[in-house]
Amino acid sequence: MNKLTKRLIACFDIIGGRVTKAVNFQDNIDVDSAETLAEKLYEAQIDELIFYDITASNEKRKIDIEMVKKVANRVFIPFTVGGGIKNLDDMYETLKAGAEKISVDSMAVRNPQIIREGAREFGSQCIVLSTQVKRESKMPSGYEVYIDGARLATGLDALDWLKQVEELGAGEICLNSIDNDGTLNGYDLRLMKMAEEAVNVPLIASGGAGEPEHLRVLFTETGSQAAIISSMLYSPRMSRNYSVRALKDELQSAGINVRPFFNFFEKNFEFF
Amino acid sequence: MNVRIIDYKAGNAPSVFHAVERLGYGESTRFARTAEDFDGATHIILPGVGSAKATMESLRGLDLIPALEEAVLKKSVCFLGVCVGMQILFEHSEEENADCLGWLEGRVVKFDNTKVRVPQMGWNQVRFVDSQASKKSGEDRYYYFVNSYYVKPENPSDIWATAFYNGEFTAAVHRGNIYGTQFHIEKSGESGLTLLKGFLDL
Repeated sequence: MNKLTKRLIACFDIIGGRVTKAVNFQDNIDVDSAETLAEKLYEAQIDELIFYDITASNEKRKIDIEMVKKVANRVFIPFTVGGGIKNLDDMYETLKAGAEKISVDSMAVRNPQIIREGAREFGSQCIVLSTQVKRESKMPSGYEVYIDGARLATGLDALDWLKQVEELGAGEICLNSIDNDGTLNGYDLRLMKMAEEAVNVPLIASGGAGEPEHLRVLFTETGSQAAIISSMLYSPRMSRNYSVRALKDELQSAGINVRPFFNFFEKNFEFF
Repeated sequence: MNVRIIDYKAGNAPSVFHAVERLGYGESTRFARTAEDFDGATHIILPGVGSAKATMESLRGLDLIPALEEAVLKKSVCFLGVCVGMQILFEHSEEENADCLGWLEGRVVKFDNTKVRVPQMGWNQVRFVDSQASKKSGEDRYYYFVNSYYVKPENPSDIWATAFYNGEFTAAVHRGNIYGTQFHIEKSGESGLTLLKGFLDL
């Protein structure tokens, strides 16, 4: 028996400490400061958070450690930080600032050994491989890996890459469909199914969630362990946003095992 | 009250400190990096990430083990081990074949990765057994786990809580002044903070 729950993860794209929302990697609009939105979602009982400092790699800047510390002071659930991490020192600094995990993406394509080194130094559980893939019929799996904010095609087959990063020691994979990202039409189920069958580490599905039904279908039809939701929660572009509780309630009533919303103030909750 | 959080290279002591601080105990809490730092401690927390072997090597390298055993085993200072910090309380870990502290009898073994995804990563439902330490057992509570290995205590009486991942496994242990959780109390939201508060109020 296995009672591990499916996770809902809010993913923040950060520019200069502010959370932004883009469609197909363009037209970013400002939403809130990273730590404020993180705290709101923590109180709403999101399961996990991911921060991508999306401009860090482009501008050759380092990760914003002060932001990581502010978040760690206010949020007591796991969070992952990515973007601009170049070496083991950056990883160490980010983890010590309170992040649970490090995400590597473009940098790992250029230097795959960083995955092995990071896993050896800090443990596989700390190393999340994030990757953006796009449909490409010439690739054996039908998907090609893109880097640098989905701007640059690599010629790498998506499944080959996922198997390679698992072998190198990545503890978790966050897989984003460039085609579905921002469409709000649902996850790329074919991609997620193929990926979860190819690797044994936990898989986070990303790209395309627009309504609760998309989450239900993802968790029913694929073995994904977790799902990225962001537009649904806070995008100002959407006609309506959903609360974490509403999403969880809906999934739970569809028979999907999630961490239920718990009212800590109503119930007498104590130990010892 | 004097809380000490053991700080070593691979550990996530700052995260645990943030949680303690949030509960209002920041003023009475210090990091422990040398044997002398345990002097006068009333509560000791050993956070853990990474492997049992690396954690044991860190503790040996800092020469913390004799002072830690003096405090916990002789002076009965309240002790909480988290994740790998709980695993090393047992005699041996399969992970890189590491000899551990052996305060509790038993070993640390790996989840079967042909049956379940390894590491276990995420929120799992934990059930506490009836004991003085968990008055309200039986109620559903969820905590955040990240582990490829789990403990198999020899004495059933040391099992404080269990959860299910490829069958039932030990999620928390308790004997006397010694507590351990496989899950990350510092990353388990309000459930984790509540449990941590319970420990600090002992």
